[in-house]
Amino acid sequence: MTRLAALLGLALLGLFPWLPLGPARLYILHVAVLILIWGFVGTAWALMGRFGLVSLGHGAFLGLGAYTTTLLWNFWGLSPWIGTPVAVAGAVLLALVFGYPCFRFRVVGHYFALVTLALGEVIRLLIIAERDWTGGSLGLTLKDAGTFNLAAIQFADKRIFYFVALAVWLVGLAVWWRVDRSMTRSALEAIGEDETAAASVGIPVTRFKLRITVVSAALTAVGGVLYAQYMTYLNQGTLAGIGVSLQIVFAVVLGGMYTLLGPTVGTAITIALAEYLRVVFGVKLLGMADTIYGLALILIIIFLPAGLYGGLAALAQRRPRPARALAG
Amino acid sequence: MDPILVAEAAVNGILLGGVLALLALGLNLIFGVVDIVWINYVELVMLGMYAVYWLVTAYGWPLPLAALASVALVAVLGALVHLLIIAPILSSPPVNQLLATGGLLFFLQSFATFLWATDHRSLRLALPILDVFGMFLSFARLLAFAVSLLAMLGLYLFLTRTYIGTAIRAVSQDREAMALMGADTRRVYLVTSGIGGAMAGLAGALLIIQYSVHPYFGAAFGPLTFMICVLGGLGNMVGAVVASLLISEVISVGGIITSTEMAYVVAFVIFIVAMFVRPEGILGRRE
Repeated sequence: MTRLAALLGLALLGLFPWLPLGPARLYILHVAVLILIWGFVGTAWALMGRFGLVSLGHGAFLGLGAYTTTLLWNFWGLSPWIGTPVAVAGAVLLALVFGYPCFRFRVVGHYFALVTLALGEVIRLLIIAERDWTGGSLGLTLKDAGTFNLAAIQFADKRIFYFVALAVWLVGLAVWWRVDRSMTRSALEAIGEDETAAASVGIPVTRFKLRITVVSAALTAVGGVLYAQYMTYLNQGTLAGIGVSLQIVFAVVLGGMYTLLGPTVGTAITIALAEYLRVVFGVKLLGMADTIYGLALILIIIFLPAGLYGGLAALAQRRPRPARALAG
Repeated sequence: MDPILVAEAAVNGILLGGVLALLALGLNLIFGVVDIVWINYVELVMLGMYAVYWLVTAYGWPLPLAALASVALVAVLGALVHLLIIAPILSSPPVNQLLATGGLLFFLQSFATFLWATDHRSLRLALPILDVFGMFLSFARLLAFAVSLLAMLGLYLFLTRTYIGTAIRAVSQDREAMALMGADTRRVYLVTSGIGGAMAGLAGALLIIQYSVHPYFGAAFGPLTFMICVLGGLGNMVGAVVASLLISEVISVGGIITSTEMAYVVAFVIFIVAMFVRPEGILGRRE
């Protein structure tokens, strides 16, 4: 049943670019690509977030990934195919250097959130400070390589990017799925509940936390690369720092971080809402779109604390299911 | 590098530290008592700045009166933030609480943009610049520093000498026990949020005489304030002051030696490392 639904969903996603979407076809496709990229980043964030590792600094990994590949391409002509592993290695290194002392010295809860927030700001400020390379607050444009260039991963056709993003997103879901089915999940859940108790039964707390952080950071960096390749314009405000980090967390919490599709559903809702408000208000009433957006976020968090999708999923599970009820 | 410039930056650092300490104390109080980090705290300061700006320029109020109005207004806003947003989610997971105040941050920034556009607005006061041993010091900054010190003294007396102040300190030490003792924690939370707001309002009044205000004013000062608040240690007023001075010195002196951004980077790195080594704050006691 679920398998059938999944296959149908996949088929729909695969055929999506050819559906009759009307005159706004390109725009809808663009929004779909954005949802897939940010849904992937949200899924990567949720890998950590669901275990109580609330990072407000994922913008650091996003920005690191995006700027690494773009700078390598712009200045040395190195293909993103080489740049991406470099970017991922950088993100892994950053996650290790930052995460090890963090977990070793047991920085948890609010403190973890604030320390990661500082990390995100550090990367954002470094991007601004190195303005000779990165363009500072003006941003950076990816050097153009034509309308179809496989080596540079630049395609004018949005459909190609749609499938690239779809593939990357599916990989993200697969990683989430594997973690969900693994011993790592049980260990990390135990750690999230009570770190001291988990350590006392022999769970290597630091190693498990570090492992999931590295995976999450690596995937987030890939998300950053993908975003840079697709948009071909980078800005420290949209790729690093507190703003984007909060947006990622918002989307995930909105969708619910304990389910496979929660982060993606949350991302789809926030992006759709933001785009809708942008279209409605356009350039008049500057700030009105974001005002309503912020208000909506507050209301959702107050009234739907489990997230939209998570809340619905919990409702669905509450229905009597004899076979499952016994299993617990 | 001209030593007089460095000295000037060092003095300016101390002066900025006073206002930052005020903010760190307000945030610290809320964090310590209600156990929630108001990510939107500096957005309240921004509203206080706008309040003074409009009262002075559009309605012709004298500056001190406008400053008092800002304190009162933002105190009410602080209490409202607690009543409308924090109170309903007191028992939610910490990430939800953090995000609710984050949503408020977006809301306040955008609403300010909607109301007043993104123009940088300054009072353009003609306050004198003092020449002290060859250093040029702005009178506005000295004034802000002195008022901050007075306000901190006032907060200290309030917390130690009044009944509700003692209750606030007691709740910050043990929430459950105080509730069991029959203390009205709801009232304590509300008063604390109001005082936190008042501090933000005062800081706004002190900042508008030095800086111009715009809807994204909080973006620069916000992360800095959380950092100082945590760096000083929860419930530790002396720690908050020491941390503000340390960070404002790094920013002020580092800013003229390298660049503003690099100085901020150094400040953030100091914070991160300090959290690893002394998570209870630089002057905190281990639990």
